[in-house]
Amino acid sequence: MHLALFIIFGALAVAGALNLLLQRHPINSALSLVVVMLSLAVLYWSLGAEFLAAAQVIVYSGAIMVFFVFVIMLLNAGAEERTTGSRAAYLAGIPGAAAIFCLLSFVFLTERNALGSTAIGGYLSHVTSNISELSAVLFTKLLLPFEVTSVLILVAILGAVVLARKEQ
Amino acid sequence: MHAEVPIAAYLILAAVLFSIGVGAFLIKRNLITVFMSIELMLNAVNLTFVAFAHEWHQIGGQIFVFFVMVVAAAEAAVGLAIIIAIFRTRQTLNVDQIDLMKS
Repeated sequence: MHLALFIIFGALAVAGALNLLLQRHPINSALSLVVVMLSLAVLYWSLGAEFLAAAQVIVYSGAIMVFFVFVIMLLNAGAEERTTGSRAAYLAGIPGAAAIFCLLSFVFLTERNALGSTAIGGYLSHVTSNISELSAVLFTKLLLPFEVTSVLILVAILGAVVLARKEQ
Repeated sequence: MHAEVPIAAYLILAAVLFSIGVGAFLIKRNLITVFMSIELMLNAVNLTFVAFAHEWHQIGGQIFVFFVMVVAAAEAAVGLAIIIAIFRTRQTLNVDQIDLMKS
């Protein structure tokens, strides 16, 4: 069951990411990124992070991607054209990405025996609810960083308004 | 049946997604798509955080993912506002034509 979930949604995430890379129109890339984020939400749930799975659906694939699609439609972005820069980018991009993948998977595979395996809906420390454990830490030990993020969001709202405003 | 998935498989999946994000960041020529591949890389790193949080039974990894999500939301708002401002002044989204600091 767990293995089947991992294979199905892992393959879906990789397929969505490859589709993001291969599509030429930004709206197709945005929709395939939504597929990646939704399948990652299922994987979070299978790793016992129920709150993060819900937040991933609501914040990432709900708010952020709707914002992306909104901007793509507002700017009427068409398919990207091939330029001399894109040929150079192909020469640098594919080997660079392959090198990073080889390095990361080498490290993970050599450390494979030190890492365990996971059963579905794994819990963290025998607490019944993932949300209660998360919020207990977030609202006691990490209250100051949590409040500082609200200031960060306020600054981001002001920055977005100032940047997107029409120049007088 | 107890078909367990090794944590290393999750990490390899995250590595695949991160590498595709790096490739898309370098290859894509559209400003919005480049920004979307940054979001893909952030998601891949979030998956490793959740996998390690599960592995070592620590809540800290999940809290880090929560903060990454908050910062990504703020970053998306500011970044897309910058993209709108660039499009308004230069009438293009192609990264090859946005080379004001190059000459």
